[in-house]
Amino acid sequence: MLSEGGSFMKGMVLGGLFCLVLSLLGSFSPATESRTDGNDHHHHHVKAASKDELQQLSDSRLQELNDQLQVYCVVMVQPKSLVYWATALDTWTKHCDKVEFYTSEASKALEAIDLNEKDDWARLRKALKHAYENAGDIRWFFVAQPNTFAIIENLKYLVLTKDPEQPFYLGKAVKSGELEYVELNSGIVLSYEALKRLVNVFQDEDKCPERGRQLWKLSDDKQLAVCLKFTGVFAENGEDVHGKGLFNSKTVDSLISESMKQNPSNVVEGCCSDLAVTFSGLSANQMQVMMFGVYRLRPYGHNFHDLLTFFPPKGSDND
Amino acid sequence: MKALGSRFSFYAGFVVGTFTLYVFLRQVWFERSEQAEGYAKLGVQQQQLDEDQGIWKKERSALFNLDHPHHTGEDSHMADELYNKVRILCWVMTGPKNLETKARHVKYTWSRHCNIVVFMSSVDDPDFPTVGLGTKEGRDQLYWKTIRAFHYAYEHHANEADWFLKADDDTYVIVDNLRWILANHTPDEPIYFGRRFKPYTKQGYMSGGAGYVLSREALKRFVEGFKNKVCTHTSSVEDLAMGQCMEKVGVLAGDSRDTAQRETFHPFVPEQHLTAKFPKSFWYWSYCYYPISEGPNCCSDVSVSFHYVDATGMYLLEYYAYHLRAFGYRYRYQPPTPKAYRAELPNPWDSAERLKERASGMKESGAGDDSAQEAGPVPVAAKDPAEAPV
Repeated sequence: MLSEGGSFMKGMVLGGLFCLVLSLLGSFSPATESRTDGNDHHHHHVKAASKDELQQLSDSRLQELNDQLQVYCVVMVQPKSLVYWATALDTWTKHCDKVEFYTSEASKALEAIDLNEKDDWARLRKALKHAYENAGDIRWFFVAQPNTFAIIENLKYLVLTKDPEQPFYLGKAVKSGELEYVELNSGIVLSYEALKRLVNVFQDEDKCPERGRQLWKLSDDKQLAVCLKFTGVFAENGEDVHGKGLFNSKTVDSLISESMKQNPSNVVEGCCSDLAVTFSGLSANQMQVMMFGVYRLRPYGHNFHDLLTFFPPKGSDND
Repeated sequence: MKALGSRFSFYAGFVVGTFTLYVFLRQVWFERSEQAEGYAKLGVQQQQLDEDQGIWKKERSALFNLDHPHHTGEDSHMADELYNKVRILCWVMTGPKNLETKARHVKYTWSRHCNIVVFMSSVDDPDFPTVGLGTKEGRDQLYWKTIRAFHYAYEHHANEADWFLKADDDTYVIVDNLRWILANHTPDEPIYFGRRFKPYTKQGYMSGGAGYVLSREALKRFVEGFKNKVCTHTSSVEDLAMGQCMEKVGVLAGDSRDTAQRETFHPFVPEQHLTAKFPKSFWYWSYCYYPISEGPNCCSDVSVSFHYVDATGMYLLEYYAYHLRAFGYRYRYQPPTPKAYRAELPNPWDSAERLKERASGMKESGAGDDSAQEAGPVPVAAKDPAEAPV
């Protein structure tokens, strides 16, 4: 009787201690998680260079980098998104050094490279292979859909000091289970080396099947991540010098509205980066407004002496 | 048997102990988090008050700007020079029902760039703060409020500002661009600027919603006009009545367009000016004093105002104008430095250009208006070893 009571008490004490230990451990990991702004903790991120880092570069090096910094825009379109297609053509894609529209089927209204392919992943593969084979001297590739608005100059700023002979796979990196991938709707940046490895692994039907496994179909951006992973290339989150994400999968006004609720006393600064690269889901009209807001509207008397200069494209009137 | 029994008791005790402590800890944690929430709410309010104190000095129902916004890494010496030389008092037409839904967002966005801002209402509010004009609310009170607001500004602040801007609580104003326009004039000129409309008057009048700005001399003549009964409350159509008074007291209706003849004050939101095709029957076509451009030519790069801007729109315009930009982009339109400021300073564009030249080895092709820039590769210019970065 006594020994049973004693055992019970011992058990209780140990149980209590066990619970305490568990909760202490538990309070450490959730705390670190919440410190990284409550979202997925990104293990891989790529930050833009700071002004100090840039100023340390010699003028000849800056000139070299400027020449190297050319972007090939791969825009995945479909006839059903004709309005966005036309708007992309008239707005942000004018700032790409080379732009190709890859379509699922030909459209009478606009010219594009007709891949004649309904499957999203198969189409993306074909487009990327075509881009690689037609890259010329271009070393950076940007994959987007026409309802994403991209500021190519800011993309160049992000990758300015990065070597395209190294594998880079950047954008808005999110985690789905064990897989970390870059969301297509906020744009995907690939360096030449990453694209080269990707095109090579396309030939491996086991690692990177063209039609995907019939049973469970991954979205095209996830498939891309899986294939790249096999070649040793991992998704990285593109951020500015302050650690703010540069690739947005939402519209600018929904991000502003969210910030109004979350940071009512500091709405604009709590929202989006000054050097954001992409916003997604804007209407055609909103894209024209963004062209005006990015490339034209500004307050007189404020100058940023950026160490590189990008000139406006020829034959354009909305930038 | 006994060993089994005591082992069982041990496990039972373990479970009970774990459970009890778990419940206890949850309760404590829950209470602490509730307390933390309460403190957090107080913290935000306190933070707001502290920030307000750093931004403005509240005096006599006006907010005197202590620290207009600056960006890290930006060279704003030209904007600062104009801020000190071209002092603007902004008064915002609002009412008690709109303080939290509209005026508040004006307060935290564009009005921060004014030298002084006064919120005009029918009712005094010492906290916001707003000035009570002793009128009622409503569209028929608009000209009364305007008359009294300008009289208030003249009586209390005539010597503290050079220019006096009227705006609605749904107007967004880029005050730095307003200074660029006004810098080519002096406050002793009898002149006022805005979006010029043509009907019903000889020289035209300025749209109320797009905002308009009076020189100190114009304000003086407005007040004297009412003293001498040359001007009276003729109608409740505020902007037209204002324009008719201005004409009577000899104040000139100025041309606020930029050097490429593009409008700067806008009666609608950017989306409408840039993309909408107004039907030919729409009043706008017959009202505008200058020829209307649709599409990108509608609006100057140094636009001053937009109207019918909602709360989200205020922050969005602040983001577009003051924050979001394309790194290194060389704008097509280069607004020329105001005349009076060219001799004084080494042209800030020169130093900016020299820096850029060094960095990218490009040839300078001169500041001016619309440049015919080559988008392709440019020959690398030789470096000047005597050049020192500014």
